[in-house]
Amino acid sequence: MQIKPILSALRQHKAGTVLIAMQIALTLAIVCNALFIIQQRLAHLSEPSGIDETHLFVVENQWVGKPSPDQLDAQIRADLSALRQLSSVQDASVSNSYPLHGGGWDDGLKLKPDQANATTEAAIYFADEHMLATLGLKLIAGRNFRADEIGHMGIRDALAPPVIVITKALAEKLFPSVDGHANAALGKTVYLMSNRTTIIGIVDQLQSQSVARWAADFAHRSVLVPLRLVSPQGTYYLIQAKPGQLDAAMHAAEPTLLAQSRKRVISDKDGLLSFAEVRAHAYDSDYGMAVLMGIVCVVLLAITAAGIVGLTSFWVGQRRRQIGVRRALGATRRDILSYFMTENLLISSGGALLGVLLAVTMNLWLVIRFEMQHLSLLYVFIGVAILLLLGQCAVLAPAMRAAQVSPVEATRTV
Amino acid sequence: MFDYYLDLAWRSLRRSPGLTVLMVLAIGFGVAASMTTYSVFRAVSGDPIPWKSSKLFVPQIDPWGPSGRASDGEPPDALTYTDAMALMHAHRAKLQSAMYRISPSLVPEQTGQHPINVSGHAVYGEFFPMLDVPFLYGAGWSADDDAHQAPVVVISGELNRKFFGGANSVGRSLSMDGKDYRVVGVMGDWNPQPRFYDLASSANFNAIGEGVFIPFERGIAAGIYNSGNTNCYEPTKGAGFIGLQQSSCTWVSYMALLDSSAAASQYRQYLDSYAREQQQAGRFHWAPNNLLRDVPAVLDHQGVVPSDTRISLLVALGLLVVCLVNTVGLMLAKFLRRSSEIGVRRALGAPRRALYAQFLIEAGLIGAAGGALGLLLTGAGVMSVGLVFRPEIAALARLDWSLLGITMVLAVGATLLAGLYPTFRAARVQPAWQLKSN
Repeated sequence: MQIKPILSALRQHKAGTVLIAMQIALTLAIVCNALFIIQQRLAHLSEPSGIDETHLFVVENQWVGKPSPDQLDAQIRADLSALRQLSSVQDASVSNSYPLHGGGWDDGLKLKPDQANATTEAAIYFADEHMLATLGLKLIAGRNFRADEIGHMGIRDALAPPVIVITKALAEKLFPSVDGHANAALGKTVYLMSNRTTIIGIVDQLQSQSVARWAADFAHRSVLVPLRLVSPQGTYYLIQAKPGQLDAAMHAAEPTLLAQSRKRVISDKDGLLSFAEVRAHAYDSDYGMAVLMGIVCVVLLAITAAGIVGLTSFWVGQRRRQIGVRRALGATRRDILSYFMTENLLISSGGALLGVLLAVTMNLWLVIRFEMQHLSLLYVFIGVAILLLLGQCAVLAPAMRAAQVSPVEATRTV
Repeated sequence: MFDYYLDLAWRSLRRSPGLTVLMVLAIGFGVAASMTTYSVFRAVSGDPIPWKSSKLFVPQIDPWGPSGRASDGEPPDALTYTDAMALMHAHRAKLQSAMYRISPSLVPEQTGQHPINVSGHAVYGEFFPMLDVPFLYGAGWSADDDAHQAPVVVISGELNRKFFGGANSVGRSLSMDGKDYRVVGVMGDWNPQPRFYDLASSANFNAIGEGVFIPFERGIAAGIYNSGNTNCYEPTKGAGFIGLQQSSCTWVSYMALLDSSAAASQYRQYLDSYAREQQQAGRFHWAPNNLLRDVPAVLDHQGVVPSDTRISLLVALGLLVVCLVNTVGLMLAKFLRRSSEIGVRRALGAPRRALYAQFLIEAGLIGAAGGALGLLLTGAGVMSVGLVFRPEIAALARLDWSLLGITMVLAVGATLLAGLYPTFRAARVQPAWQLKSN
């Protein structure tokens, strides 16, 4: 196939050529970035929380009146033991927050008491000795809290637990070890809110309370403190149902708690949430963005393909006589077909080249303006491949119609 | 002439239905995607109190010093209790209020009903006139009530319906966190988005409005804990809520009404002199680092418009541009296909102006059809924004006449713009060539 005649023919159709190339360039730029956003969001929402979510649910309990901290602690312990006695319940624990919840408590951890800036932020989860079993956390070093270590504190009291359990990600941040073992942190002393505490256990993974950007710096760095938080505002009961009995346990939980005491509020709307609901809510905007970008990609590609079909059809119609002449001079149908296919490939390649530049520029702008990550070249290659293929498919039908033009057309005047 | 051109355009469009449908679809989709995302963007980027937002100011005072500052060197968004009370007592603005978020539980009068939990704020009486809060019944409370820590409450219309059947409940009593409060006012519909008066400790957008407002000093005296964000630089020394009030933790929001730029700069001077006093007293060990921003500046600095909303709008506009480029190409093909017809018209004496009129009317017709489709799709899009955006943001997107109007204008305007180049080319067709080739 000779390229020169195609190029000189294109010179006769500058406007159309430029328009198709531009459309391909813009489509490529948007599709690359949209695919990249989709990938980022999907990666974000499939991050593991480290907990056993299938049969887990949460009760958000608020207290009525103004019970004293000691009364409240006694009530919480009574609630927990009633929940644990339910036949559908495996185990239950209590905390101030939980992974994917959205809000919670985070604090800085220091290696030395007089350190000016904290070594890292970490999510703080209040826990009792049942927390590891309830969440299905994997203890990889050290030990769990003992029942006699669990105390209670009011929401505005100083947080000063003598011992803590931390995640592997946090251990590696605090005490980076050469051989990659998190055990280096075990038994070490750190300072939480400037209060001295000792690391007695390390769990494999436990995501922090929010998946939003503000919490991204300490996404998997969590601390479990051996305390029940007695807050007049809210207590979260985390309940692990027995396999297959999630519904039964969720039905039984509220009546069980109300039987213990009626001086509480469990909201009809979101007082009782299965972890599947928690997860869906935490990631709904990521999921939504992925869907939106997917729709935009499909619409864009469809419109670009339709545009190529439209313009190429017009060109074929315009050149019927020339095609007839070529056919009369001995060109085969194949030659005609490959002429239009090559023509499209040339235009698409030109557009793709421009599109790659545009895609990278657009991404750089998104990086600066919206703190997005840099576009991986893989997505550019995928985008180029999709658009070249799309162009070839779109041009196929008009090109086949062109190939059907009979040599007789050369002798006809319109 | 217009009728004739309309007729010509209609014939031309019917001659190649495939191409016409393609253009209409492209315009419709492009416009609908842009307008749907715009409806969300418009909702979240609006000014919640346009008539006085530039007179409402949020003071910030640095209680932590250089080592406690964020990387941008700014003081925290909220105030410590100590500083908020000092500002309140100095009373330098026309109207002002310190405030903190609460979420008390309410026990209904009728036995057997479950208690409920509501969100609200502890504020000063000046809060209501300052923010032009609408009242259905009654009003806010007086400075005297503030001073005497009166157990009074302003409730929302919705809470009034739930607890008092929607009747005028002024004077009736409401049991909150175990104490009785007298209702002094019932608010009309009031849930400004974003919740500009307390961005420091509320989510920016809230589908549900606030239920109760009580006097600030009453909340403190009754020990009603704050339920908003609390940021501490160092551990609190005392225990409980009292300890928090004595600490350097920031948890109190503040808003002041300053009528003129002169008043604002006076207030800035006051803040600086206050910080210097604290420095001299040995409480601050650093030079004054204060800020006083008006509401639009605060909204901007807090980045209230979610970046997802912006990115969606930009991508949708990109889609519209591609659709338009596509339409330019298709119209070019469509118009130039009729070169011989154009040649005949020109040869018979039609001026270029007539061709412009004819082809732009055709483009306008395509635009109008695209706009009609765009209206339908925008309607469907706005209904289903909940699938893509968070519920509290999606709930703000509204389909109204202005949105419909913009959709139509955008569709027709954009298509006319897209039609300019093809029309220019069509009008340049040389009659002699066309006639010769026939």
